[in-house]
Amino acid sequence: MSRDFLLRRLLIAIPSLFGISLVLFVVLALAPGDPFGELVTNPNVPPEVRLALRAKFGLDDPIWIRYVRWLFAMLQGDWGFSFVSRVNVDTLILQRLPTTMAVIGASQVLAIMIAIPVGVLAAAKPYSLFDQIANTFAFIGFSLPTFFTGLLLILVFSVQLNWLPFVFTTEIRGSGWPWLWEYVRQSIMPVTVLGLFQGASLVRYVRSSVLEVIKLDYVTTARSKGIGERKVLVLHVVRNALIPVVTLVALQMPIVFGGAIVTEQIFRVPGIGSLLISAMLANDTPVIMGVTFVFSCLVVLFNLIADVLYGWLDPRIALR
Amino acid sequence: MADPLLDIRDLKTWFRTEDGLVRAVDGVSMSIGAGETLAVVGESGCGKTVTARSVLKLIDMPPGQFAGGQILWRGRDLIPLPPAEMDKIRAREIAMVFQEPMTSLNPVYPVGQQIAESLRTHEGLSRKAALDEAVAMLRLVQISNPERRVHDYPHQFSGGMRQRVMIALALACKPKLLIADEPTTALDVTIQAQILELLVEMKERFGMAIMLITHAMGVVAETAQRVVVMYAGKVVEEATVEDLFAHPRHPYTQGLIRSIPRVDASATVRRRLEQIPGTVPNLLNPPEGCRFAARCGFAVETCRKVEPPLREVAPGHKAACVL
Repeated sequence: MSRDFLLRRLLIAIPSLFGISLVLFVVLALAPGDPFGELVTNPNVPPEVRLALRAKFGLDDPIWIRYVRWLFAMLQGDWGFSFVSRVNVDTLILQRLPTTMAVIGASQVLAIMIAIPVGVLAAAKPYSLFDQIANTFAFIGFSLPTFFTGLLLILVFSVQLNWLPFVFTTEIRGSGWPWLWEYVRQSIMPVTVLGLFQGASLVRYVRSSVLEVIKLDYVTTARSKGIGERKVLVLHVVRNALIPVVTLVALQMPIVFGGAIVTEQIFRVPGIGSLLISAMLANDTPVIMGVTFVFSCLVVLFNLIADVLYGWLDPRIALR
Repeated sequence: MADPLLDIRDLKTWFRTEDGLVRAVDGVSMSIGAGETLAVVGESGCGKTVTARSVLKLIDMPPGQFAGGQILWRGRDLIPLPPAEMDKIRAREIAMVFQEPMTSLNPVYPVGQQIAESLRTHEGLSRKAALDEAVAMLRLVQISNPERRVHDYPHQFSGGMRQRVMIALALACKPKLLIADEPTTALDVTIQAQILELLVEMKERFGMAIMLITHAMGVVAETAQRVVVMYAGKVVEEATVEDLFAHPRHPYTQGLIRSIPRVDASATVRRRLEQIPGTVPNLLNPPEGCRFAARCGFAVETCRKVEPPLREVAPGHKAACVL
């Protein structure tokens, strides 16, 4: 089943990516702000040069011509270049993407590693002391925005205690173990902030999903088989309760990326999110377009992953 | 009966709810000998299922609790048994088939794996040996092409077939007692007969005892040797099948028997099917005296005041009625 299914799903993803790119392009074109705005106020640039530049980049053409031009260029691998730094957009993105992926990936792993055991244990004994403590922390966790917890951590661990660096840098000197150690040290705070925030809301989903499954008939059947409560919980309850959670994690990825933009900004993580923010502040349209498009591709990709995992976890779903 | 396999004595299983204490099972006694089929009958909500689940300790605690009594399995009381000891009795000595075949199997595992699970735990079989045994069990419960079907998932089976799988699963470790909790209620009539026939056949083959929970008197007549009639958390009558159908003593039992649809000669006289008026009383605060008094056509003043004890009215025949 899965190869045909994957192929078909990938083919379906193509038109949706076209649609997304069209919407993004139109919105950006209609948005106020002009990449050459700075040149207007710059007395050293004569108006005719400015007009010539606009004509050269085709900025005065109708939107649809500009879109088609952008689309064909992009399909050929030419994503344009930044109006600010003159660096190619794809180079910029490729420089930044690994850092973002590492931080988001690590924080998601952290979130899942906290949420699943805590959620399952809380649901196994609902309204117990552990459950109430877990619920309280989960509530606090997802009520506090990342920009608050981020600043709090910086204040405590960097400013007061001076244990961790509060600026994330890709220019760490050295190599091998010392390099890795520094990299891990500077990743601790951003990963913790993002991971705990994600984990807190995930705990509640895991808990309610487990509570739903634990009272089902087949769990009673499993108990009647005398295989022990731990096996009942892990093999029969958790296995089934995780099916909706997997979908949720994948579908939450857009929100995670959104949250990462803020976190990257706080910790000065040179990731794709901070690239997007600085590009927006500078009206750097090609970069904004490129980054948002990469975000869209990632979201579509994670939806596909969710579907595949769903079919793999639940045999009742036929992937056709 | 010399030495009963299972001897339930004065069992009280209560549930603490927001509205108060529900005495779902309130002083129930019954026993099952080796190889015997005991039917437990009564309307919905009279405590049959709670009694059955109490035996395997499948009641969620809280809200449930054992408020008293004993469940003696071959002389050993199961109630104080720690979970690890209880797990050794489940499936291996006492197994259970549930009411809802559609939801009683885990949807994410092939049926063979689910049958093999208890075999691997209790008999230490390898994955391969346990799966072979699962195939043999599926063949025994007359599922065609078991070598292939063993890898199928529950949703690929019909309701009747799933109940066969459930029976195979329950019997895999050759238990000495099978508790069948309304095994045919969720199935259509033709399938019901097949499943009952299969249960009887399996009983003869393995020589196990069956505790058959049902609300259908017809099912009782076909399969059981002895019957316990329950009403509102109590046993109201206990007798052999022949005795019970020939001389029902308790008005509730009489009502149950009269409400069996008949297709013989008397049915040619157009007559409305009889029913017992009223509903089962609320177990939150059961009425004083006989719990059936409010629905009983013979009730007298004392019935509403004094609860009649279960007493022997004839050899091997007990009833809880003053009449």
